[in-house]
Amino acid sequence: MNKNLTLDFSVDKENKTITVKREFAAELPLVWDAYTKSEILDQWWAPKPWKARTKSMEFREGGTWHYAMVGPEGEEHWALARYTNIQPQKKFTGLDAFADGEGRVNKELPQSKWEVTFTPQGENTLVEFRIVFDDLAQLEATLEMGFKEGLLSAMEGLDELLPSLKK
Amino acid sequence: MRRDVFQAIADPRRRAIILLIASQAMTPSAIAEHFDISRQAVSKHLRILSECGLVKQEQDGREIYYELEMTKMKQIDKWLDQFRKIWESRFSQLDEVLLTMKNKQK
Repeated sequence: MNKNLTLDFSVDKENKTITVKREFAAELPLVWDAYTKSEILDQWWAPKPWKARTKSMEFREGGTWHYAMVGPEGEEHWALARYTNIQPQKKFTGLDAFADGEGRVNKELPQSKWEVTFTPQGENTLVEFRIVFDDLAQLEATLEMGFKEGLLSAMEGLDELLPSLKK
Repeated sequence: MRRDVFQAIADPRRRAIILLIASQAMTPSAIAEHFDISRQAVSKHLRILSECGLVKQEQDGREIYYELEMTKMKQIDKWLDQFRKIWESRFSQLDEVLLTMKNKQK
């Protein structure tokens, strides 16, 4: 695997934006599919040891992606992304919100706007993922609640231990 | 006005000031020498950094020295590191998924 595929991560508080840039060792149509088809998203969207599970997805303007992040203990955090603009194989934008299993958006919790841009780089593809928050401080709460355990265990390499720990 | 640490690091000059005083405490005029902005502008940045709890002041005779509040800086690092880790984890999984997809195409 090409080690040049490093993550470019920047925070812009003024615009309440976090930008994640990364090149992928595949041509654009493939990478586009990986971001826009639920059966592929389910394979990578959740950080280990969490798993993403799509309940429904309609990738069209106005359509939604209703999915759960499922933890190692089976705990579920539901989210609903609504696609607002799609320029095939170039860019899509959407609104990501916390929801419940029925797809009802939780307005108490922070929402974020996605702007995902795809640029061909020879045989590779550069993806720029801009996440715009209403309030960056709210994001702290986001991290506190859902992913912390999953993340910390991933960080400490516990994900490899988990199968053997389970009875 | 409520301030948070992300506001503090949003401005490129404030980031530069943070870097500058990371190694040693400095007076506002010593800091100002490193920038093409007024002493007042530097003071304003320092005030915001103080309000965010990122720098602390030490009085030494007539001079006020500014230095970094390291625990606060570590909080930001930790928080951003978590966020970054999510994406690193995601993307290394995506690398594998793409590799599988590519092999299937052949």
